[in-house]
Amino acid sequence: MNTRTKAKPAASEDAAPRTMSGAQIVVEALREQGVSVMFGYPGGAVLPIYDALYGQDTIRHILVRHEQGAGHAAEGYARSTGQCGVALVTSGPGATNMVTPITDALMDSIPMVVITGQVPTHLIGTDAFQECDTTGITRSCAKHNYLVTDVNQLARIMHEAFYVATAGRPGPVVIDIPKDIQFATGQYIGKAGITKPTYVPQRTPKAEAIKAAADLMTRASRPIFYTGGGVINSGPRAAEKLRELQALTGFPVTSTLMGLGAFPASHPDWLGMLGMHGSFEANNAMHDCDLMICVGARFDDRVTGRIDAFSPDSKKIHIDIDASSINKIVRVDVPVVADCAEALDALITEIKALKRQLPDLTAWHSQIDGWRARRCFSYKNSSDVIKPQYAVERLYALTKDRKTYITTEVGQHQMWAAQFYHFEEPNRWMTSGGLGTMGYGLPAAVGVQAAHPDALVIDIAGEASIQMMMQELSTAVQHKLPVKVFILNNEWMGMVRQWQELLHGERYSHSYSESLPDFVMLAKALGGHGIRCDKPDELDARIQEMIDHPGPVLFDCRVERAENCLPMIPSGSAHNQMILGEITGNEIGEAGRRLV
Amino acid sequence: MSDASTKPGAGPKSAYFLSHSDESVERRTLAVLVDNEPGVLARVVGLFSGRGYNIDSLTVAEVDASQHRSRITIVTQGTPHILEQIEAQLLRIVPVAEVIDITNSKSGIERELALVKVAGTGEKRVEALRIAEIFRARVIDTTNESFIFEATGASEKLTQFIDLMRPLGLVEVSRTGVLSIQRGKEKG
Ligand SMILES: Cc1ncc(C[n+]2csc(CCOP(=O)(O)OP(=O)(O)O)c2C)c(N)n1
Ligand SMILES: [Mg+2]
Repeated sequence: MNTRTKAKPAASEDAAPRTMSGAQIVVEALREQGVSVMFGYPGGAVLPIYDALYGQDTIRHILVRHEQGAGHAAEGYARSTGQCGVALVTSGPGATNMVTPITDALMDSIPMVVITGQVPTHLIGTDAFQECDTTGITRSCAKHNYLVTDVNQLARIMHEAFYVATAGRPGPVVIDIPKDIQFATGQYIGKAGITKPTYVPQRTPKAEAIKAAADLMTRASRPIFYTGGGVINSGPRAAEKLRELQALTGFPVTSTLMGLGAFPASHPDWLGMLGMHGSFEANNAMHDCDLMICVGARFDDRVTGRIDAFSPDSKKIHIDIDASSINKIVRVDVPVVADCAEALDALITEIKALKRQLPDLTAWHSQIDGWRARRCFSYKNSSDVIKPQYAVERLYALTKDRKTYITTEVGQHQMWAAQFYHFEEPNRWMTSGGLGTMGYGLPAAVGVQAAHPDALVIDIAGEASIQMMMQELSTAVQHKLPVKVFILNNEWMGMVRQWQELLHGERYSHSYSESLPDFVMLAKALGGHGIRCDKPDELDARIQEMIDHPGPVLFDCRVERAENCLPMIPSGSAHNQMILGEITGNEIGEAGRRLV
Repeated sequence: MSDASTKPGAGPKSAYFLSHSDESVERRTLAVLVDNEPGVLARVVGLFSGRGYNIDSLTVAEVDASQHRSRITIVTQGTPHILEQIEAQLLRIVPVAEVIDITNSKSGIERELALVKVAGTGEKRVEALRIAEIFRARVIDTTNESFIFEATGASEKLTQFIDLMRPLGLVEVSRTGVLSIQRGKEKG
């Protein structure tokens, strides 16, 4: 087929027009879209919108301390609710401060609408005060963006932006609104019927694709589900369907960092996370499988390791709503372009209809048990110093029976969180996977807590990462969002230190912080509660104190400083070449050194 | 890309790794139909530069004012894998409505227009006119010592024409880049 056409336009039927200011149109559209919480920071170019927010109480506005915080908070809100996150910032520096969270949301497919103020239309292009080319800057890091030049288009654009942000593979959408448009009077139209005719993602799978996939699935003797963030993004139904299909087939399941929680970690067929710091059993099963069913994951380099040695003997099925993810990194045998839930549902029906006796998987399961027996996450505990793995284990033990949401920063602590905190449900785990943004965790936790006021929300942090968005603790205090920041303080940029040990002959260039804040005093200064712990036998009591404290807490957990995060697939190596025990410094060859 | 087919030629070890080295580079003409909204060309061009794809030529103009449709014709190069990615990535762009592979479409037509300035006198001038006639190029400007020819046709034909003009006093060339359409009564 030479022509690829997207679906045909849907008729739009407008509700009776109402007239109001551009700023009021923005607020009215947000209200109609069901937005109840938004995150933002004011400035000259958005004052009319702030004025329209004044005195209304349908939308709760959380005032952050830095625009990047608003973006990550919107991401945390979106990731934990499945709804579109919303952020509002001013022109120029407000907009440029949003570039990191916009990129973060694009990489991790998070639905988000970002409204930026812009200088008045007649000043655009004149290097006016606080002017920047917001649509130019965000063109490559947003899923889509708009510069509004006509107030009568504003309502349509607002609704279209929500549609684009949430349809298909979700992502961030930017709406840049010049100040004169916010003041101008125009017509409001409702959201009914507003879509984007050129953007209608294919949600239902083609029948032949499902037939081919079901055929492979009912013949495989070493199958594996490799699931990703797409299962979470698709909504709770996808996670249910995954569980149903797994129960039907008995196949083992692994997941990417972004997909944790879609399948319950307590299930006997759960292999743990795969990839660079994934489990030995997951990676070996990926390497040796004869059928890989990739559901909503994208063969990221952190997952595949050395690509020409990636799962060499398997047939591959790839379910993804984004056709460009298929055959991008790894050629697959059966591409299925569809929403995960739809595809999984169709597979269940098809496999049941086949009424085929599935091959005996006993040998495969016992091979996996052999890998499991290596107990790859075991570590040498200590009674003098808190091991970071132990800290996460205890945190998990003391919080797992509550409604708990975990966010993270980026580094070793993030990987230990993924390895030692276990999730039973989707939407409970918020982490910056694709972009790996230090500073994500605290503002994301603020967003999660705003969505789930009664839940226990914990940012598992590193002492370096937390300093990037530290100021957001003040946001939490102001808005009575009792987030807990659990810092695994190893005094090092541990992940950087680990790579320097591995790759650069222990030349620890600029990875140690000579001066760290006193986190307990810092917590106090910001209006929160500070806790410090450096003794393993006091840890449980201190964690309990953190849980019981009604307000925001900064927990300075002093951990072993030189601990490495293992197991690890060194860059440039294959899934079956994991480092399990100690790092010797000779693991990575010349080619691998050049990789990140 | 049909998403239902199981790729043929799968041996028992059927992992088709995308080793880019042993795939040969092909040239491809793509017609991209887009909503003519601000920044749409920048999105398309930014996709090519951002992901490291080639653009050999590019033309763009609005073709249906009532529907705000513009047609972008892009000539690109890449391995079959890259070309497949280019099409899929183009379709991810929100205002892109359709991508047509003109090169592999039986009904695809490609044309380009070139303006070619040639200066010379005597034998060379006569020879230039004679060759222009063979190529059905029109003379659109004449002085005692120069011609400007307007030639249309397939890109290779224009290149051939320009090469023949080189020894005859070629001064300068302006080319439109490739335009595309499909034969028959159907649209797109
Ligand atoms: C914004 C940003 N800058 C730099 C990096 C590179 N980086 C990745 S991990 C890391 C160190 C993180 O240190 P810390 O937060 O203390 O975590 P640890 O690894 O010690 O647990 C750095 C600098 C990054 N991921 N993000
Ligand atoms: Mg650290």
